[in-house]
Amino acid sequence: MDVLHSGIIQTFFLILISATFTDNILLTRFLGMCSCLGVSKKVDASLGLGLAVIFVTACTAVINYLVFQFLLVPLGIAYLKLIVFIIVIAAFVQFVEMVIERVSIKLYFSLGIFLPLITVNCAILGTSLFMLNKPYSLLQAFAFGLGSGLGWFLAITIIGGIREKINEASVPRGLEGPGITLIIIGIMALAFVGFSGMIKI
Amino acid sequence: MLNAVFISVGFLAACGGFLAAVLVMAEKKILNYGPCEIDINAGERELTVDGGSTLLSALAENSIFIPSACGGRGSCAYCKLKVSEGAGFVGPVEEPHLTSEELKTGVRLSCQVKIRNDLKIEIPKELFAVKHFRAKLIGKEMLTYDIAGLRIELIEPQTIDFVAGQYIQLESEEYKGREEVMRAYSISSVPSDNRHIELMIRKVPEGICTTWVFDYLQEEKELYFSGPYGEFHMSDTNAPIIFIAGGSGMAPIWSIIQKMVEKGIQRNAVYFFGAISQKDLFYADELNKIADSSEWFKFVPALSQEPEDSDWQGEQGLITDVVKRYFPDTSAHEAYLCGSPGMINACVSVLTEGGMPEEKIYYDKFA
Repeated sequence: MDVLHSGIIQTFFLILISATFTDNILLTRFLGMCSCLGVSKKVDASLGLGLAVIFVTACTAVINYLVFQFLLVPLGIAYLKLIVFIIVIAAFVQFVEMVIERVSIKLYFSLGIFLPLITVNCAILGTSLFMLNKPYSLLQAFAFGLGSGLGWFLAITIIGGIREKINEASVPRGLEGPGITLIIIGIMALAFVGFSGMIKI
Repeated sequence: MLNAVFISVGFLAACGGFLAAVLVMAEKKILNYGPCEIDINAGERELTVDGGSTLLSALAENSIFIPSACGGRGSCAYCKLKVSEGAGFVGPVEEPHLTSEELKTGVRLSCQVKIRNDLKIEIPKELFAVKHFRAKLIGKEMLTYDIAGLRIELIEPQTIDFVAGQYIQLESEEYKGREEVMRAYSISSVPSDNRHIELMIRKVPEGICTTWVFDYLQEEKELYFSGPYGEFHMSDTNAPIIFIAGGSGMAPIWSIIQKMVEKGIQRNAVYFFGAISQKDLFYADELNKIADSSEWFKFVPALSQEPEDSDWQGEQGLITDVVKRYFPDTSAHEAYLCGSPGMINACVSVLTEGGMPEEKIYYDKFA
């Protein structure tokens, strides 16, 4: 069926779910790997970074959608989207950092070190770029961004949980750290590939 | 074609400029904490500063100079202060520099504490004496192939009060894209000459400040420094002294020895000068002259890598071995060290092996 043209709410949730599970940005596209490998040692750190990524991905998807549709396309410079998106994301993260510092100093200190990491998280840039491959509306772009962020959050939290457990097991020395993590991610990716094809957008 | 280039370049520039402007304005608006009160040493002094800056820079603006060698980047950990109220959370930059004891008592790196509200802090008394000086270089001579001796005349304020052994922080200027930095150097001149200071500076390859001193700082040029800092000075006891320092580490020791000569302090002292070869020696004639004309002082230069066939008559070997040969038992002595962390650690272990209690070993570590 043609998802993009069924009911508004239905579409929203379908895009959200597909972006979270069937097209998980970390496990099927392997984006945002560097910060994932670096931060996923503990569940609470993973949660913090994951939440920040959800927020930034969803917001930047909307902002970049507007920038693309109302600035880049009319000016005929759609090919600049990559570099413009990076600038927008970086500025937005800086802005969010300031707001958080002012509003909740506690959140700033628990999240503070993760926010600069997000500026260069390719999952966020990837989301903004991939959403242009489909004829999404603004709301649908938001759903896609939110879903991608949720998917990344889900993946890094699960990986963080598994890594916490694996610390107690004896891993062959050569595989410790990133080695075993990549293997775990590979196995998880296989599981998530099982979802693919469930929703066709 | 040309049009497309103009549009794309223009758009990117406008986009970057616009976002930068928004961020700058947002920072002014959002991170404006208004005036904050800083209470120093329970009411001894009260400052009102604009919130948003770091504690270190806010204090410097009010002419209270906390030592800082890294310029506020949180890597040297010199700027530790006790903040009893209002400091907020310990950030990831400062955490590695603080012991669990310090964390409990509220010690923080003042360069990492951002002023967001009223603060209560404690500053050691002697730091109030620290001033910011405008001065002029009046002499620069090469003591060895890589160590320069600087003579500096004070302009404003005109005099400096310091104890032999203390150090100042020299401020380098911008050159060739290198930023301004502050670096710590011991004063090598005597306190009685309070209108001048002298420094010994070794050239560090690629060093930001030393390159400035060697290549850009000309005689008659104005410069800025703050000081004096440091706890490194002669104790009040009468115990015989072991000085150990090589290279530019001689500076504070030279200041102390000259002061002893000047004041006629006849306390037994031996100065071990560690160097690689004869070309690293300097002030040897002056030190030998003091040693020849007095009972209480001995000068022992030791070379670690002098060629076999040289005319060198003095000691050879690592400075730690030479010290051990002279003083197998160090339990009654006091030691004053100046040099690299590696050399200081080696000397401390040799001296404590000889029976010297660790609190009798005084040093400033300059990395």
